[in-house]
Amino acid sequence: MSKGSPISPSLMAAKSAGAHKAPEKVDRPADAVVDNAATLSPVLGPNNVVPPTVMTGSEAIVRSLEELGVDDIFGLPGGAILPTYDPLMASKMNHVLVRHEQGAGHAAQGYAMVTGRVGVCIATSGPGATNLVTAIMDAHMDSVPLVAITGQVSASVIGTDAFQEADIVGITMPITKHSFLVTDPNDIPHVMAEAFHLASTGRPGPVLVDIAKNAQQGTMTFSWPPKIDLPGYRPVVRGHNKQVREAARLIAAASKPVLYVGGGVVKGHASAELRELAELTGAPVVTTLMARGAFPDSHPQHVGMPGMHGTVSAVTALQQSDLLITLGARFDDRVTGILSTFAPHAKIIHADIDPAEISKNRIADVPIVGSVKEIIPELTEAVRAAFEQSGTPDLDAWWAFLNNLRETYPLGWTEPEDGLSAPQRVIERIGKLTGPEGIYVAGVGQHQMWAAQFIKYERPHAWLNSGGAGTMGYAVPAAMGAKVGAPDRVVWAIDGDGCFQMTNQELATCAINNIPIKVAIINNSSLGMVRQWQTLFYEGRYSNTDLNTGHDTIRIPDFVKLADAYGCAALRCERDEDIDATIQKALEINDRPVVIDFVVSPNSMVWPMVPSGVSNDQIQVARNMTPEWEEED
Amino acid sequence: MSRHTLSVLVEDKPGVLTRVASLFARRAFNINSLAVGPTEVTGISRMTVVVDADGDLIEQVTKQLNKLVNVIKIVELTSESSVQRDHILVKVRADASTRLQVTQAADLFRASVVDVSTDSLVIEATGTPEKLAALLSVLEPFGIREIVQSGTLAVGRGSRSMSDRALRSA
Repeated sequence: MSKGSPISPSLMAAKSAGAHKAPEKVDRPADAVVDNAATLSPVLGPNNVVPPTVMTGSEAIVRSLEELGVDDIFGLPGGAILPTYDPLMASKMNHVLVRHEQGAGHAAQGYAMVTGRVGVCIATSGPGATNLVTAIMDAHMDSVPLVAITGQVSASVIGTDAFQEADIVGITMPITKHSFLVTDPNDIPHVMAEAFHLASTGRPGPVLVDIAKNAQQGTMTFSWPPKIDLPGYRPVVRGHNKQVREAARLIAAASKPVLYVGGGVVKGHASAELRELAELTGAPVVTTLMARGAFPDSHPQHVGMPGMHGTVSAVTALQQSDLLITLGARFDDRVTGILSTFAPHAKIIHADIDPAEISKNRIADVPIVGSVKEIIPELTEAVRAAFEQSGTPDLDAWWAFLNNLRETYPLGWTEPEDGLSAPQRVIERIGKLTGPEGIYVAGVGQHQMWAAQFIKYERPHAWLNSGGAGTMGYAVPAAMGAKVGAPDRVVWAIDGDGCFQMTNQELATCAINNIPIKVAIINNSSLGMVRQWQTLFYEGRYSNTDLNTGHDTIRIPDFVKLADAYGCAALRCERDEDIDATIQKALEINDRPVVIDFVVSPNSMVWPMVPSGVSNDQIQVARNMTPEWEEED
Repeated sequence: MSRHTLSVLVEDKPGVLTRVASLFARRAFNINSLAVGPTEVTGISRMTVVVDADGDLIEQVTKQLNKLVNVIKIVELTSESSVQRDHILVKVRADASTRLQVTQAADLFRASVVDVSTDSLVIEATGTPEKLAALLSVLEPFGIREIVQSGTLAVGRGSRSMSDRALRSA
């Protein structure tokens, strides 16, 4: 059984997100032959021909998953999905038994994020299904390809408030790309194929398949591949030629262009294409929270992450720009600040696979609907032609301005006055000692921002976090899924003491199933980001943010004892001089999960910051310190 | 704010009405009227949705609607390029002394009487919202007992068929 993922990011980049062909399964053994007919089929997987075979609905679910090329599933059984767990036992697929369904959902997300394949989670009806809701919503906000399979009570009792009945299709309607309720076992193969097709093509997203118990127990005739019938689903992949040429014309005429790169470039596996376009144009590149690693941090054209906690150079580049070349980004409020004051002088080129994102927040001057994987190379060619015709624009003054900002306002931190370790240092050292081949998964809050700022990302699919949803508790289960998807990589969960307490039961799953993730708890004994806002905007009135896990507290829970109880290697680090040695020790333990309790200062804050409700021009590099804008040209 | 009439071709699948309606609700749109029914193509239904909204918001909602997998096609029908009709049933108080006046009023609006009892009539009428409002104001003095009204139905003028084109491109 192969459950590996390619180590080389270039292999991952070879996968197309295009709707017109099934993504090839690069991480499967070479014997999975893909013929021409299969590459044209919207049905995922090798499209093996299975002649009509009588089986139960449950067997059809398992068989469909196998035919779709699924290797790993995360789930937890219960009454309404019980029939399906029986044939699952005999399958070659690897089922990871989680301790809470939310963990299954986030694990499937983490798996999808590192492999580029559809993540699969499975749960029973009622509370099993509702426990998936947070992960489904998270996948919806961050466009993660996810198929969630839930058991449902028998069709004859749907709507009667039967035991463990919940209208999960109704509950998840606004947070799924699409959903299905299956009551006839004969629908299972085509619904499963449609679900995987929908989840993985166009703008990826979560698809729910709710399967009534009678459909699992009934008999049906299985054949493969099924016919996909989705007349209302036609994602546009290729960009409009005329718009691409118009975009190139604007790029050739711009004197302050910026490549505003979003998570779509990671999802679309278009990093190599982006680099070519960036180097041709010579324009500065900003990578959003969802796009960290889409363009190497070490590249001289990378000017940082934009947004509420972005670098001064990245935020200012957008504010001062005369042309935003927006690729797979969505003008999220965390990036734009007050929308009406965002990038006021810029014309907007907006390329996105989802037409509903274009001109949703900021009106685009040149809209290009399609996959960035297809659009960027076309744009590169068009720009090359435009440069040949009208010359390469002179960006020297623009770069002089940005370089000055980069040098004057580099990312950094001040040492805490309480003498405790700076959390930023811990995170930076984890990144340095592990290197760019590692995978870093964050929870939500201060530690997430520091992990986005102080770890240097050189490749896509190395940085996972809950961006749009901001789900505390994402890190441990998502790291678990990432490790299953990429078992040869070092996977760090950079977590907070608050986040960790939401989903740490999956340490049991990791320990028992030999999924040796490394968890760094950045323990500042509080809900740090909320505390930071209380410091800044509520006169330091710390209402309900103290978690009592750090210095001079009763330390409940004791994270070392907790990790030990879960069968993990448990380490604690409380002093700067122990940081490197502790990280090294964790890197050397690979036979079980490692949990490190890094006890750090509760007083460190995330800077720079654009306070909520003001223009990005009001960015502060430290408390009440705004850059000297007189230095502008 | 202006009034928009959207014709939406959808797959006739369970939950499709909920999906469409909840999308409007999410964007805090008030649906002015909604009519759903089967079309000449098996398995395809057509919804006519009338909403009050600003132009760029309606564009955003149209894009969101298009993202629904069960939605096949959306066309905005303007009043000039389409025929738009509402259908109404009105129960009016009418005894022997007023019955003739009521039926004459109905005749003026080319409405028809579809039920008679000793003290009431049911009148059926089709027309633009303005015409139906005028009919109601004429009937009002007699005493209106009940009104039931359909959503607006709309179809583009000329020979072209929305479902024809939609299914060909599908």
